[in-house]
Amino acid sequence: MNNSHEVTLENHVHRDDVGARMGMWLFLFTEVLLFGGMFLVYAVYRFQNQEQFKLAALELNTGIGTLNTIILLTSSLTVALSIAAIQNKNKFLSIVFLNSTLLLALMFMVNKYFEWSTKFAHGIYPGSKELLEKPNGQILFYGLYYVMTGLHGLHVLIGMIILYIIKRQIKKDIITPDKYVKLENSGLYWHLVDLIWIFLFPLFYLIQ
Amino acid sequence: MEHTKKHPGYTTYILVWLALLVFTSITVTIAGIDLGKYTLLIAMFIAAIKSALVINIFMHIKFEEKIFKVFIFLSGMTLLIIFILTFSDFLFR
Repeated sequence: MNNSHEVTLENHVHRDDVGARMGMWLFLFTEVLLFGGMFLVYAVYRFQNQEQFKLAALELNTGIGTLNTIILLTSSLTVALSIAAIQNKNKFLSIVFLNSTLLLALMFMVNKYFEWSTKFAHGIYPGSKELLEKPNGQILFYGLYYVMTGLHGLHVLIGMIILYIIKRQIKKDIITPDKYVKLENSGLYWHLVDLIWIFLFPLFYLIQ
Repeated sequence: MEHTKKHPGYTTYILVWLALLVFTSITVTIAGIDLGKYTLLIAMFIAAIKSALVINIFMHIKFEEKIFKVFIFLSGMTLLIIFILTFSDFLFR
């Protein structure tokens, strides 16, 4: 209470950064519920089809999954560093870090593209003849794999667009060292995308 | 500014990132060893530690006001309740 009073006295700007971040967190909770529902479906089907899930997961490429995990974790780091840079009034470094995030995100999507196209080439995609011949548990595994990593990939793409817009705004001094809550909130979105992957990775790539 | 607590610097973030990489390599290594039913449990435990690091440091929750922590706790509990109710229905149907 005390604090917000001082802020209004010091500079007569009507703005509430804590409120803005809180709003972003509320949005993130809806995202958690969206993915949470899918994790729930995954949990029940995996419990019902334990052996088939293991067999189906063997065909996923653990190497590419691990590589994408490292890429995404690093991209999360560069977003955090970009915020630290703008707090240190270093506009140039902030943009450099955001560019690194965008580059890493692109690498993630390229890997995803190769991963999926290899699967497609082997005839494993939703509704394919080869997949439908497999036992029910494996069809469920691949259905969940495509929907969950697909929705996650869509989030990566949206995150890339948002971070690109944010980068332009830093360049044009719309986002400044005194006013960077938009960068913080976009960062929160990006970290959520990373968080979801932290769970997707062991659940799909590391079943033994 | 409204940031009441001090933000971490570059070094903290890099250390957290290194920790996240270490946990990733641990989880990949453990997945290669057959631990039966504990495999999933350990994998989820490590994922939870990684999440805690990302949420607290990268997402600044450690430095935010208390209400943010209350929010996260409540949404986590909501998710947990949904899981427990679904599984109790599914297992004892």
